[in-house]
Amino acid sequence: MINKNAKILLEVKNLTATVAGVAILKGINLTVRAGEVHAIMGPNGSGKSTFAKVLAGHPAYSVSGGEVLYQGKDLFALSSDERARAGMFLGFQYPVEIPGVTNSAFLRLAYNTVQVPRGKDDLDPLEFDDLVREKMKLLEMDPSFLSRSINDGFSGGEKKRNEILQMALLEPVLALLDETDSGLDIDALRVVAGGVNKLLNKDNACVLVTHYQRLLNYITPDHVHVMSAGRIIKSGDKALALQLEERGYDWLLDDKKAGAAA
Amino acid sequence: MSVTATKSAHPYVASLLAGSAAVPASPASWLNTRRAAALERANALSVPTTRDEEWRFTDLTPLTKVQFQPVSAAADVAESDIAAFNVPEAAVRLTFVDGIYAPALSVRSKLPAGITVELLAGDHNEALKTHAALIEPHLAQLATDEHDLFTALNTAYLQQGVFIHAAKNTAFKQPIHLLFVATRKGAAVHPRCLVVAESGSECCVIEDYVTLGEDTGLTNAVTEVAVAANASVRHIKLQRENNAAFHISNCAVTLARDARYLAHAVTFGARLSRNNLTVIQQGEGAHAQMDGIALIGGRQLADTHTLMDHTQPHGTCEQVHKTIVGGGAHAVFNGKVFVREGAQQTDSSQQSHNLLLSDKAHVDTKPQLEIFADDVKCAHGATVGQIDAENLFYLLSRGLPEAAARNLLTYAFGAEIIDRIPVPSLVAQLEKNVMARTEGGV
Repeated sequence: MINKNAKILLEVKNLTATVAGVAILKGINLTVRAGEVHAIMGPNGSGKSTFAKVLAGHPAYSVSGGEVLYQGKDLFALSSDERARAGMFLGFQYPVEIPGVTNSAFLRLAYNTVQVPRGKDDLDPLEFDDLVREKMKLLEMDPSFLSRSINDGFSGGEKKRNEILQMALLEPVLALLDETDSGLDIDALRVVAGGVNKLLNKDNACVLVTHYQRLLNYITPDHVHVMSAGRIIKSGDKALALQLEERGYDWLLDDKKAGAAA
Repeated sequence: MSVTATKSAHPYVASLLAGSAAVPASPASWLNTRRAAALERANALSVPTTRDEEWRFTDLTPLTKVQFQPVSAAADVAESDIAAFNVPEAAVRLTFVDGIYAPALSVRSKLPAGITVELLAGDHNEALKTHAALIEPHLAQLATDEHDLFTALNTAYLQQGVFIHAAKNTAFKQPIHLLFVATRKGAAVHPRCLVVAESGSECCVIEDYVTLGEDTGLTNAVTEVAVAANASVRHIKLQRENNAAFHISNCAVTLARDARYLAHAVTFGARLSRNNLTVIQQGEGAHAQMDGIALIGGRQLADTHTLMDHTQPHGTCEQVHKTIVGGGAHAVFNGKVFVREGAQQTDSSQQSHNLLLSDKAHVDTKPQLEIFADDVKCAHGATVGQIDAENLFYLLSRGLPEAAARNLLTYAFGAEIIDRIPVPSLVAQLEKNVMARTEGGV
């Protein structure tokens, strides 16, 4: 939902970033206000996942220029964990498996770490169990997920549900969902998207990084951006996503080339 | 003992053997003969050095700088002193203090028919009298000492010791807890344990080595396990002695047809420890599981040598050995897997995973596969690394501060092994231990 007067949560100005010395982001500009859903689309290798990871502070990427303000403050002054505690959430494209720690212990630790400083009660395992089971219903997850190790042996769809479960528990101000839809069948996609929709409200915002327009049938974006070669080359509303579905990316890339030649 | 042996030419070996003359003769003459032979061999052997291939990475010089003798009287230890080591699931606990059986600290509840847990000697029920026919074929027969000074030493001192027997088709899942408590400076303890599981039987043994106080002791343990056809033995070995201790242990296992041996070895303690585990698959279709975890820091050295010897077809073995090494500590793993000619359809896997927590931590890992059969599946893998950056980022992105995230990942690395021990109170104790040590930077 677009409200021109809503608080600006994220302001990205001419952001550039490199991995192993190679420039991946070449000047990104983006403003996200409370209540908005942004979709970032683009062909493989356009830098859209990198953008999400840079915002969350992935150590493989170095910011080489530009500025990012998160709720008005310099994002890069915060470490990854501080960003998370300040309400930023990255839903991973490939969530890692951590055998040896149960999902329930991990979820409770994350919950208490993020939510207690915001004024919520520190939950003991029993109290947390009640809360997490409630949230799991939202994602139609089997309670047996709790006693298994973090993502260990989970299917692709189970891992993605687990990501959104974490989003439900941590209640982020700004959720960056990196290809949360990839590898999901249509039923799982419906459940995961439904979960995300229930978590969105006028005070938070979501940036969906996606390869496929399909996700946007379930989560309606307010803004759609197309990335190519490390830049946003076109922005529009949800109609742009439909155009991309019909015509692919090539026409945009051709336009850009033509523009560059002119 | 009324045996005269040529005194060792090696002063340190001679000093270790000095007390063996005081071991009283056994009524079992075969045992006296075996002890005398072991003494003879011990006298002929020297303390291994890093020039010996089997001790390449482990220098025993620090051991040879300290004098150790067996003690003759038990130290005063109260039940409350060992309360932290209590395992409520255990059906029976035999406690030894500095190598001497402590009846007041032992729990001897009535065991089901067919299950025997007794001292080999030195008690009114001594097993050497009641079960000689079961003991003679195995004791000092499974663990060979031709080349091993420490096994020879242990046998030369063989006196008390534990005999565990599961009769044919007797299943007893409750753990049998053997608690070896070290208390005294300079005490040499030579624990001995024999497990005989007859066909179709099942039992679970916890061998638990602990220290009270900060003094330096030497534990030199030998355990022999004979698993008969279709029988199953679970063997949990915990070494949680203090960081000044020296700990040497040799365990020899034989598996008959379709036998199963499930080992969980946990090493937290000792300045210098060496675990030798040898499993010989003597019958078709036998299975071994060998889990190991060593969590060390400071100046500790933990060395594990294992041998899985597949001599018959259709054997399976699953081995996962992990180490977590902090400070300036040093972990060693050498895993031999032999597949003999004719041991077709063997399926043996070995994994050695090592986590280094500091720049000065050091791991030597050496898988050693020797395969003489042509239709087998043998997998092995070894990793040495630091905490995975992707895993760390995942936890950071969920708000965990870096130190907490690192501790959790270290804990998880160890917990994967510890969680497989099917004794909940022990898992809880050990996990608490891992947590405490990882929080303290190991």
